[in-house]
Amino acid sequence: MQTIYTDVLVIGGGLAGQRAAIGAKRRGQDVIVLSLVPAKRSHSAAAQGGMQASLGNCLGGAGDNEDIHFADTVRGSDWGADQDVVRMFTHTAPKAIRELAAWGVPWNRVARGEREITVDGSKQTISEPDAAHGLITSRNFGGTQKWRACYVSDGTGHAMLYTLSNQAIAANIPVHERMEALALIHADGRCHGAIVRNLITGQLLAYVARATCIATGGFGRIYGVSTNAIINEGMGAAIALETGVATLGNMEAIQFHPTGIFPAGILVTEGCRGDGGLLLDGKQHRFMPDYEPEKKELASRDVVSRRMEEHISAGRGASSRFGDHLWLDIRLLGAQHINNKLREVKEICQYFLGVDPETQLIPVRPAQHYSMGGVRTNHRGESPQLRGLFAAGEAACWDMHGFNRLGGNSVAETVVAGMIVGDTMADFCDSQDGALNISSALVDSFGRREKQRLAAITAGKGHESVFELTRLMRETMTDKVGIFRHGERLEEAVATLQTLQERCRDIGLRSNAPGANPELVAAYRLQGMLKLAQCVAYGALLRTESRGAHYRADYPRRDDLNWIRRTLASWPDAQATLPSIDYEPLDIMAMELPPGWRGYGARDYIEHPDTAVRQQQVDAIDGALAGADRHTRQQALMPFRHLLPEHLRANNQRLGEES
Amino acid sequence: MNRIPLREATRTLQIQVMRHNPQDPDSTPKLQTFEVEESDTMTLFIALNEIRERQDASLQFDFVCRAGICGSCGMIINGRPGLACRTLTRDLPVKITLAPLPAFELIGDLSVNTGKWMRGMSEQLETWVHSRGLDELNIDAMEATMEPELAEQIYELERCIECGCCVAACGTARMKEDFIGAVGLNQITRFRLDPRDERDDAAFYELVGDENGVFGCMTLLGCEDMCPKDLPLATQIAFLRRRMATTG
Repeated sequence: MQTIYTDVLVIGGGLAGQRAAIGAKRRGQDVIVLSLVPAKRSHSAAAQGGMQASLGNCLGGAGDNEDIHFADTVRGSDWGADQDVVRMFTHTAPKAIRELAAWGVPWNRVARGEREITVDGSKQTISEPDAAHGLITSRNFGGTQKWRACYVSDGTGHAMLYTLSNQAIAANIPVHERMEALALIHADGRCHGAIVRNLITGQLLAYVARATCIATGGFGRIYGVSTNAIINEGMGAAIALETGVATLGNMEAIQFHPTGIFPAGILVTEGCRGDGGLLLDGKQHRFMPDYEPEKKELASRDVVSRRMEEHISAGRGASSRFGDHLWLDIRLLGAQHINNKLREVKEICQYFLGVDPETQLIPVRPAQHYSMGGVRTNHRGESPQLRGLFAAGEAACWDMHGFNRLGGNSVAETVVAGMIVGDTMADFCDSQDGALNISSALVDSFGRREKQRLAAITAGKGHESVFELTRLMRETMTDKVGIFRHGERLEEAVATLQTLQERCRDIGLRSNAPGANPELVAAYRLQGMLKLAQCVAYGALLRTESRGAHYRADYPRRDDLNWIRRTLASWPDAQATLPSIDYEPLDIMAMELPPGWRGYGARDYIEHPDTAVRQQQVDAIDGALAGADRHTRQQALMPFRHLLPEHLRANNQRLGEES
Repeated sequence: MNRIPLREATRTLQIQVMRHNPQDPDSTPKLQTFEVEESDTMTLFIALNEIRERQDASLQFDFVCRAGICGSCGMIINGRPGLACRTLTRDLPVKITLAPLPAFELIGDLSVNTGKWMRGMSEQLETWVHSRGLDELNIDAMEATMEPELAEQIYELERCIECGCCVAACGTARMKEDFIGAVGLNQITRFRLDPRDERDDAAFYELVGDENGVFGCMTLLGCEDMCPKDLPLATQIAFLRRRMATTG
């Protein structure tokens, strides 16, 4: 088998993967990036509305800083996030965006003077100050106290990905396109790279690496209706799971985006609502203020999606021959705003719906959008179980999103995590642990195993159709493991997925075409996808509470007493049809922001006794440091800077706030 | 209420696909026709997947975002290059002919290696911001300012998704293998406009001041006509040619 050696192997060519690659390369490591598709076509390009970073340049963002971004993110996570990681993230996000600005991203800028905005259904005129002219501007997004989503029209992800990809080309980082990692090579708790399949020729290769990073994005395609690109099948998370050693965190935490166009499920950005768009029901009544008087359309995504489905269930949706939906109204934003700041939205509406959003309503309904869960890592991005394995971006459970991610925090996470994990991998390669110490026999045995696995599928005379089983998996996940979950239906889903896993062993291919063979690709991916789906369904069944996007109709309250803990799934027995589930506690006594009400959504939750104790401590520290600056206060509550690479620790400069 | 007009009778589409698998020594290029029952709001993405799932599992094509933003699915649709994912079958006649984009390496059937071509173009034209300051960048400090209109102008040119439709539609590119196409020339105008890039016109002339660059364009305008993102390619090329002519 052809074997390629490198220091760092990054699996995935999106924002997280390419930024991690650049970071490691700058530290002198040899890096190779593998990508299923040309890197610039990665799903990062589909991020529309913005990247959260607390620059606070424009009027709506004035007074913003890391502290507010931190609090918004923790509340958004419904206290499921690792608060150290949220601090690391919010502190680094302004640096990440400034780096991207220097590298070439054409961020939209603040223009001095008066302009018209749309707030709460009506027009207002505001005046941007001279001092902010030409600095990076930002727009409003859900679940945030400030306008913090920095943007490039509604092609933010596209602009970021092109700039980063071009910088990776400038840094001479090879991207091996149309390559798929089939299995991680590992032994004795150490990962050594991957067995990889060439998606043009079908040939198998071995990539042997000191450090391997999973940056393959989410796994939305286990659902029937998803905003995700069709390549988002979670194969990176799946091959980590299939080691039987590495764990996946919080797989049941699945985000549904309020505004997928109906019925295709293609995303239209949260920026539509951030910029002043409204949600209307079948009678064109603006219903969100009835449910969420505080944040209205701009509560967090989990809350808005639930309210929308609730409203549809109450018979108040609009009906069409595809089923019921609601309306997104951006007509009030005006032609100029739509043609300038929401042009991808306009194109999508025109091409897929035949709708002109300047004059017509957009049919929308929540669709699967994001995987908060993924390969569990520590704060440095390392798998705690498998040395030499790292993960970044949506593929990882780092864990800054907990049970619900805020809009604009995902593209921000990709570059921030990339910056940190790139350094972590370089440190690892430079350490004794990172020495390349692997026998060719081990590489060969993994290569043989994968070859046999594919041969078994190809030669199988089974009766099952891979396309039919995939359809059944997606139908099960959408119907039974969706926005509203219930014990009985989850039990049915788990049982169905077990049956599908067994049936999957009896797949027969209709095509034996030489080359990549798309049917074979679908067949081996389905094996991994079914395991991921089972981690989601089984984790959701066991979690008998409601937290963030995980809503159990039979356990509607957040239960801090029993469930301030992260789910860890592993798959030690390859023949099993269920994962092994474990939990790791989150320590309330170490939290900077102890659990409370999020400021939107349900007010009712079961409190943990530590919460009151910790809150008292926090209040006491706050009181004692009443005159101190915010950094000193923060440092006293929950020091985090030592967790960051040294070059990322300094304060961020802002208008009116020297660094 | 739904605003998508109902078609009176459903059609049976005849989708003719140019087939060839270079990995198979026995394969020769041929046209194969599939019949597909048209459904409401059917796109070529849906139709091709239906063919693969129900009729011929070996059919090769590329889709990623299926939302018209990633540029993976450029192909020749009834003689014209376009993005298959956002092409609604109801806008096409009953007989639909699909062929891979010319000018790119064929992977199989409708799948072509645009990625390899585009990476080569990027390396050749150095499509990134050239700035001496990038190594010692202080990312703790405020970002440099930029005029808001200029940022928007740069984005206008940055909206290119490298789908390859302009190259497939280009007379010069079909005759000259090394022509960098409208996609490449547009990149040059994008970086030329960007004040963060320190290269001057003499440096750009080195990259595009020849027959494989801006002087190879015959102004046939196929690129602009076929660009799925409606980029002002012809204007940009004309502008760049004038600049380069005075530089050279």
